[in-house]
Amino acid sequence: MTETVLDILSWILLGSGSFFYVVGSIGLLRMPDVFTRMHATSVSDTFGAFLMLVGMMLQVEPSLVTLRLIIIIAIILYTGPVATHALARAARHAGIKPLLDDDTGNDREDAPSK
Amino acid sequence: MRSDTGILFFSLSATLFGFWLALSGHYTSTFITIGAICAILIVAFSVRISVVDEEGHPIHLVFRALTYWPWLIWEIAKSAFDVTRITLDPRLPVSPTMVKINALQRTGLGVSIFANSITLTPGTISVDVVGGEILVHALSKSGAEDLQEGAMNRRVARFEGRS
Repeated sequence: MTETVLDILSWILLGSGSFFYVVGSIGLLRMPDVFTRMHATSVSDTFGAFLMLVGMMLQVEPSLVTLRLIIIIAIILYTGPVATHALARAARHAGIKPLLDDDTGNDREDAPSK
Repeated sequence: MRSDTGILFFSLSATLFGFWLALSGHYTSTFITIGAICAILIVAFSVRISVVDEEGHPIHLVFRALTYWPWLIWEIAKSAFDVTRITLDPRLPVSPTMVKINALQRTGLGVSIFANSITLTPGTISVDVVGGEILVHALSKSGAEDLQEGAMNRRVARFEGRS
């Protein structure tokens, strides 16, 4: 009984995790520039990955494997933003101007120079 | 060497040893001894090249992290849904915005927790940190406004705690 419930829950999580991966890929193709594409993929590599790993945790008995999956979640959530930030910073340093939808213009690319 | 290095030494060794135990899965006395010796040696070397400090191993935040992480996951979930809605909308209603956020945190560790939390939530990326200001690229204007309103900023400042 509990096994069936856990199984159903786990498949819901795995299914919705895959859904967010597909959304991330669709966004990667549809978005107009580098920065907006990064936003699209961050849906899959944070929330999608989190849901799938939690779904996998429900597939195994509470054991060392569960602990390892928790460690994987922690590693993904810690290294993901570092990589994303490095990519965004590199894009900016390479001189790519983000497409901005900003009619006021007060917050444009006028960051204080270093 | 500061006075709290002893505590950091102990807790970092314990953490590394726990990590070894979690990944190894072989619990014979030989393996456990080797793991313990490795953990202690690694921390000893790290102390010698002085990379062990409370920025790299913030034990003072462990208990507050237990409430911050679930909150952050919930924020990630909410903005993941927002970005999903934008992505699947046939009109693709993106309104990319660059904003500067004044970080309320006092320490470098607090600012980097805030900047990483911004990047972790879909729809906002911290592009650059200059002084106490974080340059953020947001996918939609409303996402940028949410961030400017400062709920996450205050939350991280509270999470970081002591002055």
